[in-house]
Amino acid sequence: MIDVSGIYKTFYSRHKVDALIDVSLHVEKGEVVVICGPSGSGKSTLLRCLNHLEAIDRGEIVIDTIQLTDSRTNINKVRAEIGMVFQSFNLFPHMTVLENVSIAQEKVRKRSRQKSHEIATRLLEKVGIPEKANSYPSQLSGGQQQRVAIARALAMQPKIMLFDEPTSALDPEMIGEVLEVMKTLAREGMTMCCVSHEMGFAREVADRIVFMDEGRIVEIGTTDQIFNEPREERTKAFLAQIL
Amino acid sequence: MRREQLDALKDLFHNERFRHSLSWIALFLILFGLIAGTVHTTNKVDYIWRWEQIPRYILFKEIIEVTVEEDAIVTELEKDGADTGIVAINSSDEEQYYLVPTKMLSVGVGDGIERGQVLAEGKVWRLGLLLTGLILTLEISALSIILGVIIGLITGLARLSSSPAPKWLAIGYIELIRGTPLLVQIYIFYFFIGQVFRLSNFMAGVLALSFFSGAYIAEIIRAGIQSIHRGQMEAARSLGMNYPQAMLYIILPQAFKRILPPLAGQFISLIKDSSLVGVIALVELTRAGREIGTSTFNYFEVFFTVAALYLILTFSLSMIVQYLERRFAASD
Repeated sequence: MIDVSGIYKTFYSRHKVDALIDVSLHVEKGEVVVICGPSGSGKSTLLRCLNHLEAIDRGEIVIDTIQLTDSRTNINKVRAEIGMVFQSFNLFPHMTVLENVSIAQEKVRKRSRQKSHEIATRLLEKVGIPEKANSYPSQLSGGQQQRVAIARALAMQPKIMLFDEPTSALDPEMIGEVLEVMKTLAREGMTMCCVSHEMGFAREVADRIVFMDEGRIVEIGTTDQIFNEPREERTKAFLAQIL
Repeated sequence: MRREQLDALKDLFHNERFRHSLSWIALFLILFGLIAGTVHTTNKVDYIWRWEQIPRYILFKEIIEVTVEEDAIVTELEKDGADTGIVAINSSDEEQYYLVPTKMLSVGVGDGIERGQVLAEGKVWRLGLLLTGLILTLEISALSIILGVIIGLITGLARLSSSPAPKWLAIGYIELIRGTPLLVQIYIFYFFIGQVFRLSNFMAGVLALSFFSGAYIAEIIRAGIQSIHRGQMEAARSLGMNYPQAMLYIILPQAFKRILPPLAGQFISLIKDSSLVGVIALVELTRAGREIGTSTFNYFEVFFTVAALYLILTFSLSMIVQYLERRFAASD
């Protein structure tokens, strides 16, 4: 489903930062991959490259047989198939929850307003906040906002979901409700890439764990292997710190 | 004074309500002083106030009496605002022309009219020079605001473009407009651009004001767009929206809400700046005031009235914007 081979990405803001160095990753359909690593290790950059929010300097990304780097690729079409959830939610503050979940369906999928609202209502039930449909994002708690953001991404019926530290901006008591929704998705067979420090979540639903440091993938392994017998010293040290 | 009395006085001064009352009294004294000062100064310069002259420059009653000069036959009626022109031909094929208020019109095409016949008689209300000036100011301002916002939106978006052509054209235009006086721009639009494109002085004035305010509005819109968090654009794009969709549905509505106060300031400036187009023979409010002043020498009353009329326009605009701000605050 996702095929990343040998990508490089360098940022030139004030200092030259090599964010990604020769990163390769393959994700199967229905697989749940959790990417972890210390801050600044390039995990978020990798995720943002997958839907071309960042352009890669070198290498190749293939999403569902479509070459992302090909200039003939309509990036908007690819993005419509990839849902993304951000650390800071990024809900549209001038729209109600229902409109947040409907707008892209109407404008990108060209569904009727009625149909979009139907789907949006169903998804809000799925993430557990149907009663907030007519509230504005500012009236919701962080956990509720993030669940709306997940519903908004799901409304496009994507083939892949990307989660960029979805629980990092949340108060501890709200992390659980967001992880619950993500676990449900994982069990339903959604292809997922999650940048997350929630090791409990990783242990429960991840098929594989990717450990990154300083722009490189240090180790990729099944969840059991990474948790029980990590091969690399740096992985061991990192896990020891956060577990 | 005894100690207790002093303390009681101190307490009184520390009382918030007492101090507020004092402040109100001070305010009224200052206002009274200003008015008294104005009256005193005008007395000193021997100015004779004739406020009773002013109303007829707003609305006045015209006495109408149109009498036929020669026997003729009406051949044509031409509408001209609230009036109708009557064209008639006499026996020696000479054309005659009478202008009457339409509501007093009593003849039709083909009717014969005879010498001495009264075509129209009575009184009609007419708009005075100040009111027609106010209406012209309103027309010029409204059109310039609409055009200015369109120009500003296009320029603001071009200014943010990563492609060099639109970006540098926008920067060049903004710097050119902001670096030259509006008065000079009005002359250029009237004498040069107006000549080349055969613009009326009304169009030249409106275009000059539109392009002038467009440059400022562009900067306001650019700042507004840039003030919206990057994550909003990313979220919109990650849902598959293209750039124009993301701008139209996500970024601009939020930016618009935020730039409403500076935008309102710009619109108010524009209404006031419209007083400059008087130099290209547009009798807007200020020019109307000057013309009345030169013929009556009642400069004091006329320009106080002109100022008050501008204030009515700008204050109404402020009120409308405040109403909009309250309405948009629903999602905060």
